Amino acid sequence: MNLLWIAFSIIGAVVGLLLSAKAQDQGMMIHGMIFAIASILAAYALISRHYNPQAATTAAAGGIVYNTEIVKYGVIASTFWGIVGFLVGVVIALQLTFPVLNLDLQWTSFGRLRPLHTSAVVFAFGGNILMATSFHVVQRTCRARLAGNMAPWFVFWGYQLFIVLAATGYVLGITQSKEYAEPEWYVDIWLTVVWVVYLFVFLVTLWKREEKHIYVANWFYLAFIVTVAMLHVVNSLAMPVSITGVKSYSLFAGVQSALTQWWYGHNAVGFFLTAGFLALMYYFIPKRANRPVYSYRLSIIHFWAIIFLYIWAGPHHLLYTALPDWSQTLGITFSIMLWMPSWGGMINGLMTLSGAWDKLRTDPVIRFLVTSVAFYGMSTFEGPLMSIKPVNALSHYTDWTIGHVHSGALGWVAYVSFGALYFLVPVLWNRKTMYSDKLISLHFWISTIGILLYITSMWVSGILQGLMWRAYDAFGFLEYSFSETVEAMHPFYGIRAFGGILFLIGALIMAYNMWRTIRGDVKADEVGKLVINPEYVAGRA
Amino acid sequence: MFSHKVIEKNSVLLLILTLVVVSIGGIIEIAPLFYLESTIEKVKGMRPYSPLELAGRNIYIREGCYNCHSQMIRPLRDEAERYGHYSLAAESMYDHPFQWGSKRTGPDLARVGGRYSDEWHVTHMRRPQDVVPESVMPPYSFLARTELDVPDISADLIANRRVGVPYSDEMIAKAKQDMMTQVDPDADEVDELLARYPKAQVRDFDGNPKMVSELDALISYLQMLGTLVDFTSYDPEKNRR
Repeated sequence: MNLLWIAFSIIGAVVGLLLSAKAQDQGMMIHGMIFAIASILAAYALISRHYNPQAATTAAAGGIVYNTEIVKYGVIASTFWGIVGFLVGVVIALQLTFPVLNLDLQWTSFGRLRPLHTSAVVFAFGGNILMATSFHVVQRTCRARLAGNMAPWFVFWGYQLFIVLAATGYVLGITQSKEYAEPEWYVDIWLTVVWVVYLFVFLVTLWKREEKHIYVANWFYLAFIVTVAMLHVVNSLAMPVSITGVKSYSLFAGVQSALTQWWYGHNAVGFFLTAGFLALMYYFIPKRANRPVYSYRLSIIHFWAIIFLYIWAGPHHLLYTALPDWSQTLGITFSIMLWMPSWGGMINGLMTLSGAWDKLRTDPVIRFLVTSVAFYGMSTFEGPLMSIKPVNALSHYTDWTIGHVHSGALGWVAYVSFGALYFLVPVLWNRKTMYSDKLISLHFWISTIGILLYITSMWVSGILQGLMWRAYDAFGFLEYSFSETVEAMHPFYGIRAFGGILFLIGALIMAYNMWRTIRGDVKADEVGKLVINPEYVAGRA
Repeated sequence: MFSHKVIEKNSVLLLILTLVVVSIGGIIEIAPLFYLESTIEKVKGMRPYSPLELAGRNIYIREGCYNCHSQMIRPLRDEAERYGHYSLAAESMYDHPFQWGSKRTGPDLARVGGRYSDEWHVTHMRRPQDVVPESVMPPYSFLARTELDVPDISADLIANRRVGVPYSDEMIAKAKQDMMTQVDPDADEVDELLARYPKAQVRDFDGNPKMVSELDALISYLQMLGTLVDFTSYDPEKNRR
């Protein structure tokens, strides 16, 4: 098996070098080289592993040796990419406030950095969280070791390579211009390969399970993996200009291209940022609160209703456009129907705490998890509201949309991820407690204030700009020129950037806290007061 | 009596049912757009992009202009007054992919063609605040200094034809010539170019005759946006959807 992987990496190195040597453009030259270097590193790692095989780990009580190494890597990668993504977010927020920060360089202009921010937070931070937690959760809830020896590592490193190719591509101006699907054709093909292996690692682990039932969190992970595969493959279909060049033309044009893209785009939200992270909710909240999921039936309804309804909601990104009305109306109808499963799921998450509400006071990690579900409820209320035509006429094209996305992305996705990270670090590194719970609390408050500043400033600027665009004076003329509405945004862009800085500081505090925990430190004045990791096994390093 | 336990115990069944459930919405909503004839209005004047406009459009995409500029005017009173006639589906029928955008940090560009002079665009790209002091747009001064470098413009037209854009063999064969002709009003081949691409604007867009720059291409694209469809012959009633 090992030899096969070594052969693959050598083939990868050759392909990369060939692409680089025959490249039509600078982009392919650089990307071919990155691919070749990554393949050579992989081959080197595989060969040295072949000659220095790791000692077989002895089975712990219960007879299962979990693959915790891969989850540890995922935890570190997601923290790293999270900070990168938040930092780029702060930079582009400041660019909108002070345009001189674009530096008049092609590589640092807003247009190229904005996809870097969205992809870094969604795919690099979010994607690594989803992979790491899915590998953890599927092992624990199936009571089986993760399938494959090299395959999970291929998924992990292959995905990091995808991130590096996508990110460097944006800075170099390599993009398909489809939001959240910007990477060009060859990067899309690479992601597809990685993703299929990911699906197999997950599925085969399910097949090895010792539990009869597949736990609800795994349904959500599975739906996330297969649906994202479907969305990615269909939306990325494109005709390359040359196989040694970066440029391609999408298979779809105009209206069809628009709806395919927003079918993809909305369900990147629905399945990447919602279904995937609901899996986190269904594992980490019951685990941390030490209570069973509130309602088993509700989780069945929640699952099937949400995956069925979400897929339809794409057209609400295209209201009042040249998309035919029947399609717009379908999109609105299903967006409003989504209210029910979204709130059903929120209730299932929140009510899991019944009987353990006091932990909200004593356990800052529970505070992150519960607040995330509350934000989930808020943004899934706001979403359908913004899908109604009269509201959308005002909100579309404005910062209100940006605010809405961030209440979901910061409040829900990032908070449930932070909760999971704080849960996982002591478990994976077998520490009795975190380094400091006070720092977790500080992280919570500083980033909550950041989120509130962010959302409220975007509400005000979005609604203000929407109203200014449609304002008429007493003579029946448009009252404001476009540039006047841009000027009016300035203070709110400043507030938004400040909110983002607070959020970034919070993440840095988390990284510090995690690092000290991994080192095995405990803050002196908190000894004895910290929340104990129930999975701690004394005497095992 | 059906029990959900059956699904919970069978990962392959769970996988297949999930795929079926998530496929339904897309099939019903998207697939008809490919065969319903009413999806794209019948209009006069639409044609594929000229090679220079296509090269300009690729620069528009490369710089991520879609992040801040929409190209989709909605049928609302203020938008019609600010930007012009609402956008038709037909106007983006050759856009692979679409550039409708989702955010207006800057104004809509669907009909920006002919609205400003070339000189305005040249100044604006060098430093936007020189013509619009309130602007938060980044400067793109390198465009004027960078020579337009397309490895093989015919290959771009061929790729477009493969995905459905009606480029003729002649258009593909003369692509490189057409691209250079469009910035040179004195060239002999201008009439040929205009026969292939009616309404194409032929001039030295960036005001620098010494070099065909990326800015030439980008301005040629911006100046043609929204100028193709002949609205005097367009009947909205016949195109009700």
